Amino acid sequence: MLAPRALILRGPGTNCDEETAHAFERAGGHTKRVHVQALAQSPSLLDDFQIFCIPGGFSYGDDIASGRILALELTQRLGDALHRFHERGGLILGICNGFQVLLQTGLLLPDWDTGQRSVTLAQNTSGRFVDCWVHLQAKPGNCVFLQGLDHFELPVAHAEGRFTTSDEASLEKLEAGGQFVLQYAQTGDGQQTNPNGSIRNIAGMCDTTGRIFGLMPHPERFVEATQHPAWSGRLDPQADGAGLTFFRNALRVIGKDVG
Amino acid sequence: MLWEVDVHLRQNDAATQEIIAAANNLGLKIHTLHTATAWLIEGDMSLTEVQKLGACLFTDPVTEVCRVARAGDEELITKPPGSSEANNLILHVLPKPGVTDPAAESAKEAMSLLGIRATAVRSVKKYWLPADCITPKQAEETAWKLLASEAIHEVVIGALELTKLSGGDAWKLDRKQVPLNGLSDSDLEELSRRQCLALTANELHAVRDHFNTLDRDPFEIELETIAQTWSEHCCHKTLGSPIDHSGPDGDFCYDNLLKETVFASTEVVRKQLGEDDWCVSVFRDNSGVVRFDGDHDICVKVETHNHPSAIEPYGGAATGLGGVIRDVLGTGHGAKPLANLDVFCVAPLDTPPATIPPGIIPPKRLLHGIVGGVRDYGNRMGIPTIAGAVAFHPGYLGNPLVFCGTVGLMPRDSANGRVEPGDLVVTAGGRTGRDGIHGATFSSIELSSESESKSGGSVQIGHAIHEKTLTDFVLAASEENLFNAITDCGAGGLSSAVGEMGAELGANVDLEKVPLKYDGLSATEAWISEAQERMVLAVAPSQWPRLAEIAQQEGVEATTIGTFTGNGQLVLRWNGELVGELNCHFLHEGRPRQRLQSLFKPPQNTPPRWSLQNTTFETVLLELLQSEDIASKEWIIRQYDHEVQGKSVLKPLLGPMGGPADATVIRGVLGRPRGILIGIGLRHHLGPIQPYEMAVGGIVEAIANCVASGADPEQIALLDNFCWGDCRRPESLGTLVEACRGCYEAAVALRAPFVSGKDSLNNVFTWKDDAGITQEQSIPPTLLATAIGQINDVSLCVSSDFKKSSNRIAVIGISTTELGGSQLSVIRRVTGGDVPKVNFDECQKVFRSIHRLNQQQLLASCHDLSDGGLGVALAEMAIGSGLGATVDLAKIPLHDLTEITKHDDLMSLLRVAFTESTGRFLIEVHEDDTTAVESTLGNIPWSWIGHVTNDNVLTICCGKGSIVSQTSVPTLANTWRKQSNSQTSGTN
Repeated sequence: MLAPRALILRGPGTNCDEETAHAFERAGGHTKRVHVQALAQSPSLLDDFQIFCIPGGFSYGDDIASGRILALELTQRLGDALHRFHERGGLILGICNGFQVLLQTGLLLPDWDTGQRSVTLAQNTSGRFVDCWVHLQAKPGNCVFLQGLDHFELPVAHAEGRFTTSDEASLEKLEAGGQFVLQYAQTGDGQQTNPNGSIRNIAGMCDTTGRIFGLMPHPERFVEATQHPAWSGRLDPQADGAGLTFFRNALRVIGKDVG
Repeated sequence: MLWEVDVHLRQNDAATQEIIAAANNLGLKIHTLHTATAWLIEGDMSLTEVQKLGACLFTDPVTEVCRVARAGDEELITKPPGSSEANNLILHVLPKPGVTDPAAESAKEAMSLLGIRATAVRSVKKYWLPADCITPKQAEETAWKLLASEAIHEVVIGALELTKLSGGDAWKLDRKQVPLNGLSDSDLEELSRRQCLALTANELHAVRDHFNTLDRDPFEIELETIAQTWSEHCCHKTLGSPIDHSGPDGDFCYDNLLKETVFASTEVVRKQLGEDDWCVSVFRDNSGVVRFDGDHDICVKVETHNHPSAIEPYGGAATGLGGVIRDVLGTGHGAKPLANLDVFCVAPLDTPPATIPPGIIPPKRLLHGIVGGVRDYGNRMGIPTIAGAVAFHPGYLGNPLVFCGTVGLMPRDSANGRVEPGDLVVTAGGRTGRDGIHGATFSSIELSSESESKSGGSVQIGHAIHEKTLTDFVLAASEENLFNAITDCGAGGLSSAVGEMGAELGANVDLEKVPLKYDGLSATEAWISEAQERMVLAVAPSQWPRLAEIAQQEGVEATTIGTFTGNGQLVLRWNGELVGELNCHFLHEGRPRQRLQSLFKPPQNTPPRWSLQNTTFETVLLELLQSEDIASKEWIIRQYDHEVQGKSVLKPLLGPMGGPADATVIRGVLGRPRGILIGIGLRHHLGPIQPYEMAVGGIVEAIANCVASGADPEQIALLDNFCWGDCRRPESLGTLVEACRGCYEAAVALRAPFVSGKDSLNNVFTWKDDAGITQEQSIPPTLLATAIGQINDVSLCVSSDFKKSSNRIAVIGISTTELGGSQLSVIRRVTGGDVPKVNFDECQKVFRSIHRLNQQQLLASCHDLSDGGLGVALAEMAIGSGLGATVDLAKIPLHDLTEITKHDDLMSLLRVAFTESTGRFLIEVHEDDTTAVESTLGNIPWSWIGHVTNDNVLTICCGKGSIVSQTSVPTLANTWRKQSNSQTSGTN
């Protein structure tokens, strides 16, 4: 059996590529970090991989808008290659800035190639960047990354994570399609942890195939217990964090296909 | 053709609401405001093409609408879309020509993805205000207060009348000589002031004499190079001087203060360590390097960026952080930045506006600006800003202090870079513009109320993504060993970077090859500009092709601009013509040293007067928890990405309820157990009273932070950052000498070597008061101590929050009850009183005991006692966990009172609970571990004082059954968070 391989995209301003690669490796995968310029020059590099991951960061400084320039670069230079990658069963994961990018490429939307985009990740209601831990509720449906997950915690760190749509109809369509697979949830004592004002507490969504997934929280930042802010004296420091399941799930699905 | 794309939000955002609120706070009556981001685009393109840019690049269809027209077109000005206001006043805020505009630079690059090329792009903010609410004059004044900074912006009311963006013609060779012969001392000083050289008459004599031996006058570029190299910023002019000191402990003569105190302590410690010496490179490179694990060393540096931040808080703080990151990147053969820290010293946020002299940015706006700068730069760099502090004192009003630090990881034994003759001089990173000219000399000059307008050119704007790509490039090149040495372009720009690298060998530099942001820079400007995000590398000619290839892959511009020669001359040319030539030996060794006089007389110690009417123990505890130094800094911490890179183990806020940490901890390498701890010590309230104890107390606090969280006290590296007032005055210098003595004593006694440091002197602000009389304000003497600890296995780290009810609580270390300079004195506005003195022997024993307990895994939690003493520490442990505790003050081991028996003597209770005597810890221990803890602690002073409870109440007793105060933990937490919560709403 071939070892499942993940391509971690990097480019100017990507800054979560190393820990994302580490998370895949901790889960048993092999990874390669590839610069977007190198990939744009030879899109066939994708052929060696089963997972394509856009990690967090501030691609191109998030200048103009978060994820905007990298999204434009992907659609202009790698659009066809990514669709072929997806069609042959590849998984695509976008974390934080990667989610912002994915959403603007249209890859997550049912009608990505027609008309105007109707969903976006807007500025947090607070107007500020926030780094904090949130509670999450998974409704996995067919989303391969979330299988077996229910209620868990992850950190977020972003200024533009407020999921919103231009009209109710688009929202209903995505909801009906079962695409809202991850939501901010309440703590044990009933406090809502939505950090950015997202509509319907949406923290992440997948495409209709369940193989493209984007989310604002950072699963790669909770692959071991010591990354949790209250681990000391409370958690076994050697234990895995909830985020590791995302990467294990992805590798398991691909492993089956490859095997 | 100049086009304009205006992007309007469909709905006002939080920022717009904040501007409206802030404007109304200034007394205006504005009910509505409309904002837009405009992009001015210069280039040969059609309207259709610009429309495509608007739709595909600039606008989010869900939240924004865009309008496109020729720049200045009427329809872009009169009425914004969706506005019902018929009569608007429009206001533009745009970067001054030449000021870095990162978003515009990125936009220009991104347009080529759509096949459209622009020659220049600039970003503009547009504001429409109802014309009946505000006059143009009011609008402009408000813009300067809320929206723009004089140092970097232009404000235009009404239409923008621009037809082109690019400008400037290539500089024509013009070699200016500056005659020094025949000038009197006052002429020389005037020359120095006029040209912003920060050289003394005495130093100019040395320059004159040197050039007389060459039989010519210096060229301007030569004089500038000397000024940069000899600046306080670049060469520890004061701290390295011979000094005659007179103080209460006697008279001391120093030939070089820094070498004989701070450096000397490191030498002593390293000698004692012998073969176990774990220092690698100290006070030599851009940062200090120590051993870490079998494969890696770590390096660390803390810098100040005070003067630029005083004038342009956002840009100043951002570039301060950018600079210290490059220090780490420019150490040895390049180090990977792992973590940042930031410490700010500012005036109280409620300083009445009427008492703020002209030219000073009010502290609240300043702090928000500084925080924003660190946030945007650090977050974009992907380096967690994980440690920090904010300290308040009225003396920081005119001279706020901004400390930024970075810890880096490098391959073991890669610390020593060495330039070889024949190496190419390579610059990499951002282009050079006029930004930041005279930064090094500016930071050596005192600020005045006119600095904002006079020194605007000294303020740089950062472009974090250029620095990120530069970092990616340097680390990739380092991995392939493609350069022999590297340094960053910081203060003094190329003049300082190339000058330092070629200090022994000399170099030939062709200045016309320096890549410029725009035409028109003179050779001198290109040479001394402090434009950000640049590094200089020494590269063997054989390595250059591969290095250039990596630069291209990473999207970084790298250019050869000269050669390191070996003839000891620094030769500057412009298109082959000689524009300056300096002898390196003179440049680096020719500065005349001046013997300085130093005097320290401790201020008279008046007996403190305490007024405790209507005061209870509880009210004091709550007052302390909401006092500025102690209160939660969550509003800042959460704006920083302190978790990126995935290595954080103890974060700044810990426990289920987010209480404050002691040290913060990161892993050195993902997946490996060894960790790095960062502790910070700052006892600024002691500075004006007892600078020696301030230094010692800060150092002990920084180390104690690390030890509490699990660090080995035998492997702690220290950094010093001295920020002082005008040290030309013997009285100011006297406090500096006292602090240096303290550094020596503490470092030697605690076996913690200093590995790096930095000083910022002349933190004096002058202004003319209403009567026209010149006033000045100096900062309190301030030493920031940073401790870098290590731990074998991060799973042994201990947080400060209580873990379980019925666990026992003990205090370790002896308490003395002096309150001079304590937080209790500060909040009660009490002056005088004795300052706690550190007993190094006791301290070290306590540190070792805590470490032994940690190694045996006997600690459920541990917290060092600092600001607010034991009382505040207890509250913080409760806040982090949500659990309560019951504690008996009568059980605390005291040095100067054998016991407190009278529980109704409030002053005694306060003394015991809130003294800040150093080297003490609170620990929490599981009941079953009682005996093990007792036998480990042996005969150091310590005592069980209580236990953790599950009733959510902190109960303080004194003696059996006598309750002094009872406060619910939510009340403690809300009080502690009150100020932070108020900062998260509104910035002005």
